[in-house]
Formats: sequence, structure tokens, C-alpha cells
Amino acid sequence: MQQPSAAQHTAVPFWRDVRVLTFLSQVVFVLILAMTAAFLYSNLSSAMRQRGLVANLDFLNRESGFEIGEGLIPYRPSDTYGHAFAVGLLNTLLVSAIGIVLATILGVITGVARLSTNWLLNRIAAVYIEIIRNTPLLVQLVFIYFGVFVKLPPVRETLNLGDAFFANQRGVFMPRPEPTASFSTWLGFVAVGLIAAIVVERTLTIRARQAIASILSALAVFALIGALGWLLVGAAPITFDLPVPGRFNFTGGLALSPEFSALLTGLVIYTAAFIAEVVRGGIQAVKKGQIEAARAVGLGEAQILRLVIFPQAMRVIVPPLTSQYLNLAKNSSLAIAMGFPDLFSVSSTIANQTGQPVPVIVLVMVTYLAMSLFTSLLMNIYNRSVQILER
Amino acid sequence: MTTTVETIGPPRTSVGVLGWLKRNLFSTWYNTLLTILSAWLVYSVLSQLIVWAFTSARWGVISANLRLFMVGPYPPDQVWRPWLVLAMVSLLMGLSAAVWGGTIRTFGNSLAAAYATLIVIALLIEGFGRQVAWLSSPGGEWWKTIPSAIWLTVNLILLVGAYLSARGRKGWQSALLLLWLLSFVVTIVLLQGFVKNDFLPEVTTGKWGGLLLTFMLATVSIVLSFPIGILFALGRRSKMPAVKIFCILYIELVRGVPLVTILYMTQIMLPLFLPGELRVDNVIRAMSGMMFFTAAYMAENVRGGLQAIPTGQIEAAHALGLNEVFVTLFIVLPQALRMVIPATVGLFISLFKDTTLATIVALLELLGVGRSVLAQPEFLGLQTEVYVFVAAIFFIFSYAMSYASYRLEEALGVGKR
Repeated sequence: MQQPSAAQHTAVPFWRDVRVLTFLSQVVFVLILAMTAAFLYSNLSSAMRQRGLVANLDFLNRESGFEIGEGLIPYRPSDTYGHAFAVGLLNTLLVSAIGIVLATILGVITGVARLSTNWLLNRIAAVYIEIIRNTPLLVQLVFIYFGVFVKLPPVRETLNLGDAFFANQRGVFMPRPEPTASFSTWLGFVAVGLIAAIVVERTLTIRARQAIASILSALAVFALIGALGWLLVGAAPITFDLPVPGRFNFTGGLALSPEFSALLTGLVIYTAAFIAEVVRGGIQAVKKGQIEAARAVGLGEAQILRLVIFPQAMRVIVPPLTSQYLNLAKNSSLAIAMGFPDLFSVSSTIANQTGQPVPVIVLVMVTYLAMSLFTSLLMNIYNRSVQILER
Repeated sequence: MTTTVETIGPPRTSVGVLGWLKRNLFSTWYNTLLTILSAWLVYSVLSQLIVWAFTSARWGVISANLRLFMVGPYPPDQVWRPWLVLAMVSLLMGLSAAVWGGTIRTFGNSLAAAYATLIVIALLIEGFGRQVAWLSSPGGEWWKTIPSAIWLTVNLILLVGAYLSARGRKGWQSALLLLWLLSFVVTIVLLQGFVKNDFLPEVTTGKWGGLLLTFMLATVSIVLSFPIGILFALGRRSKMPAVKIFCILYIELVRGVPLVTILYMTQIMLPLFLPGELRVDNVIRAMSGMMFFTAAYMAENVRGGLQAIPTGQIEAAHALGLNEVFVTLFIVLPQALRMVIPATVGLFISLFKDTTLATIVALLELLGVGRSVLAQPEFLGLQTEVYVFVAAIFFIFSYAMSYASYRLEEALGVGKR
């Protein structure tokens, strides 16, 4: 009896060979893709030629000729379109950065309140989260802008909070901290205080079983060193520039336009509700057995929170938190609904003025994409440092 | 000798109302402080809200523009078509509630309750006389003049009737799924109509508006993005580098930019990409933008489901001699898609809320109608009333859907650790 040889077994005709099929189907896929792209491109180029549209960014060097309400860098209508674009980009970055910080603070507080054993506090947090998460952000933003900030009293009847904070139709005004000559010396004291506080917190958390004690002591150490520095450097390191009522509006201080305030408030309130759910989910993801085991080995409540719950919850929290940060930055593009000159709003003005929407849209999308990728990169690095505890 | 045994109950402060209060509100000194602060907060917000809603708010702006809010510029004599679509949905909803039970029945119950409430509100606005007048002499083309309260009653009857007549018929499940898919096509045909047809004259998508447009934008984009999303998810996990790279690029590119920019791009670039003779209006452009956007997120959801399939399933299928295509179609996808149902509901909710962004590209969906109403001179300065109304409508639908999705998650056992 003749055994079939190994060669006969593997002799598959090429039209049934998986490797050949894989290769061929990829070739077909790329061909179809290329043909579709070529078809779309030919349509695009003929349409663009017909309407006199260009595919370059030369216009960025031309004079813009339009006003921008506010910005971090000086800008005049005689500056270039490129300059206007930069103003918009910086505004987006500013509102996103402040928004992320404030939303994290509010979100963590709300998330913890949602887990509180205090029934009333727990319910308030739940109602806040449900209402905000189930209504569209744009509706909230137009409500806050047209329903609240625009309807603030006129300048003559400005709302006054302790002669330092003011709010009227023209915006919100608050004291602006101004560093003086001795500021850098004082900053050294603050740094020392911070390090000392961290050391105190670490050692006390490991040793003391008493709840809150380690955090309170750390705060006390920090405040003490900071205050000591304030007294030792002589002149006050920070002075506050108060807003002063002028003839038409307030001068001095830190002035926030109604558009900026409304956008920031809306984004913070909206994103915080989502962050609160992320925080709650992260804390609840820590298994009950972990906490019971920690109690069994004799850890106090503060130690359990700091040493058992927090590190494990962070692993669950960081990835969804990243996407919330990205959402906040992307959602800031809704500024156009209230006329805050952010990246998207300025760019759509540029597109209208130059009549060249195609390169402007591409530029805007690339910029947002770069921002998203950069934030993901930063958060991934942080994520890795949290996840390293994994075995 | 007899001894009386006295039973001493637990202290009054640890059971009943007092006990509950002590445990949940006043357990420690800082909890007491928090409770007092919270109570003050609730009181100050609620009292102001109630005083505003019942004394100074002018709700006339809502009832005067109710038709605009619901269907926008849809021709008033054709409004019976959206009503008919709603009746069809009620019928299918009643059947589904009976056939599947569980979460869907809960959903049907809330829908019935909503209809009952709306009937009362419609009667208050329209008055009882109008209903009686229509019932006694409907006139020619009677279907064009049916009052809202009667339409709502018909919906309620269809919902309850379908539920009662189809109870316990498990065998109808696949037929019903097919009917839902078919109803999607019927809806579009019914709303759109035909050119040069007297019975169903054409109503271009440019005339769709209000809540109707909001729902159509969300539904059309989610339904169309579903197959595309599945393809992208499969492509992203494919072993073929050309396909894989393309899918990753698409998904990450779309997820990295805001929806507004995509809507803006389809608004301006779509006509440029298409051949000159093909014209698409605003609504179609917005729909396609949302579809492209949702497809990327859908792909990521489906990918999550695909990753959750144990490799043993795939290996077992291979061992039985199924090829790659059959494994995907009959083993992997059915299991994966069942797992992504809750995530898809979540995606639909966020898409439903995101339809408001169509306002920025000048569509008259719910928020857009609100803004156009506010632009009329007689309703100037009523921003609070209009936006609260719009937000409330969004809240009711999203909350109902997220509640249903939560129950569904429990029923399917997904998300349990």
C-alpha cells in the first residue's frame, strides 16, 4: 500500500491557497479604493476649477480685515489670516485647559458625593448627573449664554460680590493676581512646603490609622511653610489688581467676556457630570474583598482609601477620563453658537472671507487631530505609570 | 409561679423613620452639616424654580408654536403622514412588547403612560369641542383634519391592542425584526412622498423639521452606520495589512475631530466630491456627515464585542471545518452583536443629542426651530422658556432610552463583573 507523500497533501491549487487569496483580495481592495479616490478627486478638482477654488494655503499670509473679540495675543484687523488662526487656536487651548482642570475638580467632588452615605447629598448628585447627561450640550450652552449671561443686569446695576467680584452684561470681573519682585523667592518656599507636605502625608498614611489626620497635617505643614515664606520675604509676593468701575465699564482686574464665561461654564458643568460617572465607576470597580481584606489586616479607613482603593480605582478611571478630556476639547468647537472666537469659529470666518473653504476645513481638522493625538499621548504616558502596578 | 417576659424593642432611634433619618442623614456631625447645607440648596433652587414656572414664565410661546416644534416647516395639510408613521411605530412597539416582554414591555408601558398624559394635554390645548365636531362630521379628505387628541388616542389603542393580541407569540420574533426594518423604508417613503402624486405629494427633506427631523437624523444615521461600522470593525481586526491600515486611519481620523467640523465638511465638500449633476440638499448632507461620524464610533463598539468572543469559539468552528467567512458570519458576529446592543443604545442616545449640532449648519431641527421662534418679534426675550422646553423634550427621550438600556444590560448580563 502506498502512503500519499507529504508533498501531495500540501499541493493546494493556487486559487485555494490562503496566502495567494489574501494577497489578491488586498490588491483588489487597494484597486477599488484607488479608483474611488481617483473618481472623487477628479470630481473635486473639476468642481473646484469651476468655482475658482484653490487647494493651497497662500491666503494665510494675506491681511484678514476682520475683528476678533478677544485673544491671548495682540491682534488687529490688519494682521494676516494666519495670525487670526493662531488667535483662535490659542483661545481653544485656553478654554480647554481651564475647562479640563475645573471639570476634573467638580467631577471628582460630584462622583464622591454620588457615593456618599448621606442620602440627600447622594440624590442631589444623581439628579445633577442625570439632567446634564440626558440633555444636549448645545442646548445647555445656548441656555447659559442667552438665558443667563446675556440677561445679566446692565453695567449701572452690576451684581457686586464683596467689592471684588462683579458680573454684568459685559462679562465677569474678578481680581487679578500680580506677582511682585519677591514672588520667585516665595515660590521657593512654596515648593519646599509642597515637598514637605507630600513627605508628611506619605509617612502619616503608612503609620497613622486615624482618618483625615494625614491629609490635615499635610495641609497644615504646607500652609505653615507658605505663610512663613510670605512673612520672611518682606514685601507681599502677590498683589491683587481689583476691577474698578469706570465710566462705561470696569477697568483693571481680570475681565472675562460673557461668551468665554458661558462656554467655560457650560463645558465644565457638562463634562463634570460625565467625569463623576467615571469616578464612581472606578471606585465601585474596586472589589469588596479588597476593602474587607484591608480592614482584616488592620488598616484604618483613610489608609484603605489612600493605599487600597485609590491606586486600583485609578487604573479603571484613567482611560475613560482621557476620552472625556478629548471630548471637552472637541466640544469647545460649539463656541460658534455664541460667537466666542475659538479655532472653529475663527476658521469659519476665514473660510467665508476668503471664499476658500476647502483648505480651511482641512487645516482645522488636522489641527484638532493633532490636539487629540497629543492629549492621548500624554494621558497614555500617565496611564502607563498608573498601570505599572499590574502583575 | 409565673414570670412575665418583657420584650424590649430596639431603641426608637434605630428603627422606622427616625432610624432611617439617623442612618442616612445625621450619622455624624459632618453628615449633619452636609444635610443642612444640601437641604438649604434644594430649597433655594426648587422654590425659585417653582415660583418662576408657575408665575412669571410665559408658556404661551410653546403652545402657540407646538406644530413647529414637532414637525417644523412640514406642510400643515400633510401632517397626517408623520402621525401615520407614529401609529405604525406604536403598533410595532405593542407587538414587540408582547413578543419579547421584559425591558421592551417596560418601555411600552412608559410609552402608553406618555400617550395618556399627552392626550390630556392635547385636550387642554385643543378643547373638547373640536374633537366632537370632527367626529360628527369628518368631511371630505377627513384624514387631513384629524385633531391631535384623536391621533394620540388611536396610537394608544394600537399600542395596547397590539400588545393584547400578540401576547405569548414567541414565534413572531424574526418576522417582527423584518417588519421593523421594513418600517424604516416605509417611513422614509411616506414622509418623502412622490413627485407629481396627488395623494402623497413630494415633501423634500428640506421641509422636514422639529422633533421629526431630530428623530429622522438620528435614526437614519444609526441604521446606515450599523453595517458600515461592522465592516470597519472587521477590517480593523483583519490580518490583511492594507485593509487594516485603512480602517484604523478612518476610525482614528473621525474620532479625533469634532462632529461640527465633519458636518461643516459634508455641507461644503460633499457637493464638490459628487458629480455635478447629482444635487443633495442640506438634510441629506447632514445625515451623511452624521453617518460617517457614527460609523467610526460604531466600529469601535463592535470591535469591543468581537474582542469579547472567546478564542475557543473560533477554534471550535475551525475544527468543525468552517472557513473564515462562515466563522465570522455564523459564529462570531451573532454573539458579538448581541453583546454590543447596550453600547449601541448609548451611541444612539448621544447621537440623538448631537443632532442639535445640525442647527449650526442651519437645519431646523428641534433646537433650530427654538432659535427661529425666538427670532420672531412677538417672542423676543423668552429664551428661558423655549430652551427649558427643548431641553425637557430631549431629557424625556434620552432618560427613557438610557433607563431601558440599563435594564437591557441587566437582562443580557453584560457589564457584570
